[in-house]
Amino acid sequence: MSVISITGLTHFYNKGTPFESVAIHDINLEIQKGELLAIIGHTGSGKSTLIQHFNGLLKPDKGVVKFNGSDIWENKKHIREVRFNVGLCFQYPEYQLFEETVYKDIAFGPQNMKLDESEIDRRVRKAAEFVGLKDELLEKSPFDLSGGEKRRAAIAGVLAMEPSVLIMDEPTAGLDPRGREKIIQLIKKYREETGSTVVLVSHSMEDVARLADRILVMENGSPVMLSSVKSVFSQRSRLVSMGLNVPQIAQVFSGLRSRGLPVSADIFTVEEGVKELLRVSQGRGIQ
Amino acid sequence: MIKDITIGQYFPGNSVLHRLDSRMKLVLTLMLIVAVFLCRGFYSLGLVFILTLLLVLLSRVPVKTVAKSVRPIVFIVIFTAVLNVFYTSGGSWTYQFWIFKISEKGVMMAVFMAVRIVCLVVISSLLTYTTTPTALTDAMERLMSPLTVLKIDVHTLAMMMTLALRFIPTLIEEIDRIMSAQKARGADWESGSLVSRAKALIPVLIPLFVSSFRRAYELAFAMECRCYTGGKGRTRMKQMKIRFSDIAALIFVCLIIAAIVLMDLFLSKVLL
Repeated sequence: MSVISITGLTHFYNKGTPFESVAIHDINLEIQKGELLAIIGHTGSGKSTLIQHFNGLLKPDKGVVKFNGSDIWENKKHIREVRFNVGLCFQYPEYQLFEETVYKDIAFGPQNMKLDESEIDRRVRKAAEFVGLKDELLEKSPFDLSGGEKRRAAIAGVLAMEPSVLIMDEPTAGLDPRGREKIIQLIKKYREETGSTVVLVSHSMEDVARLADRILVMENGSPVMLSSVKSVFSQRSRLVSMGLNVPQIAQVFSGLRSRGLPVSADIFTVEEGVKELLRVSQGRGIQ
Repeated sequence: MIKDITIGQYFPGNSVLHRLDSRMKLVLTLMLIVAVFLCRGFYSLGLVFILTLLLVLLSRVPVKTVAKSVRPIVFIVIFTAVLNVFYTSGGSWTYQFWIFKISEKGVMMAVFMAVRIVCLVVISSLLTYTTTPTALTDAMERLMSPLTVLKIDVHTLAMMMTLALRFIPTLIEEIDRIMSAQKARGADWESGSLVSRAKALIPVLIPLFVSSFRRAYELAFAMECRCYTGGKGRTRMKQMKIRFSDIAALIFVCLIIAAIVLMDLFLSKVLL
């Protein structure tokens, strides 16, 4: 069953001015319930424009966006409801923090949903705990947190709305390896615990390989591939021609294969790689 | 969307006016504005009016675009004209109905004032149409440089202006981004009372201030890393040169001013 279904979506930049240009062109897409769809593409390929249509931040110039079967623009007044259900976490979300305390900032979304105090409190604490922010941090100013903590606080602000679809634009950009790992584990845990649908925009092929069920590849505002991780990453030369690549570990393994080692061609994460190396080395009697 | 606001009104081109030295253009604009005020009769004002039209044609900026700059002052023009119609008396005929009295001189004054204001606005907007904001601040810096004698730091002032102009598009982009992010969390500034709408802007303004300060620090560091210490001893990437065409333009404007003075002295129909 698809949660978000998009037909013939087209969006122009600067519509009606001499600077008009096509941002995304005639996109058809079904996002299945519970899946993790990763969107990759070179800068300017229309990824960000596309995801802003999922929760009605942008209105399509042509085409229809459906959430749970109904057109989100059918009634303009209900567009906020859609935004609560389809949580969008922007790139560098820490730059949207504004409240006096972390607690209040996380509560901003739930408050806009007009929930009652106890429910807001429950959601804020749950979201904060989920992203791993300790209780004593909640009363601090968000501007006193470290970079990684700020990022997680901002993500908690979106999670506190308990959306059924979570969209994340480059959630690991600009973080150190430990911060990245925390965010990745967070997304994994979030899916396991809630079974929510997640859309992930990323430049990191490693992150995509570890998390995604399906990958959508965008180029110049059009979708050029939509398939499983395996089948997308098996087309390396095509990805390279679009300014993308396969995960580094996959490059290593294709190097090993071309040097005659009988390793599998479908290695996309380091964990898989370790297992595969052990298997091959044991087969050769190497300890 | 907020992005669509245009900053300044520079109209790219390569006309005679575009190529004039920006310092000279600034001075000439000031001289032409003085010239407009010097006009005391229809002959001289007519000359200025024709000159204005000529400049518009020379600038190759579409007439429609220039007309746009006049639109905001249409009300002022009409208001001034109406006032002048009723408050000036004299001339060879008067026409009266009820408490209103219209005289020949009144009508003439109204037309005179209206043309004068339109000329002023068109001439000054031609300056901004044909000069980039940076070239303009550059020109101001050079022209004000004698003020350094009075311990006024002209270079810093000009640098501040240039930086401010540079960051307007960046800020607009930033506002757009923050607004989208808060909208995604259900922020709403399109409904509710005026107070609640104003309050709803806080989630946009605070991140904007924070990032502006951050950006200011980063910029200051970047400038210091390149050993920026102010204007002293700096050379310029864009050397300004006064060329023959600039001198010719200066002479031309001087001749126009002389013509205006002579016309008002020796031809009749002086109004003021």
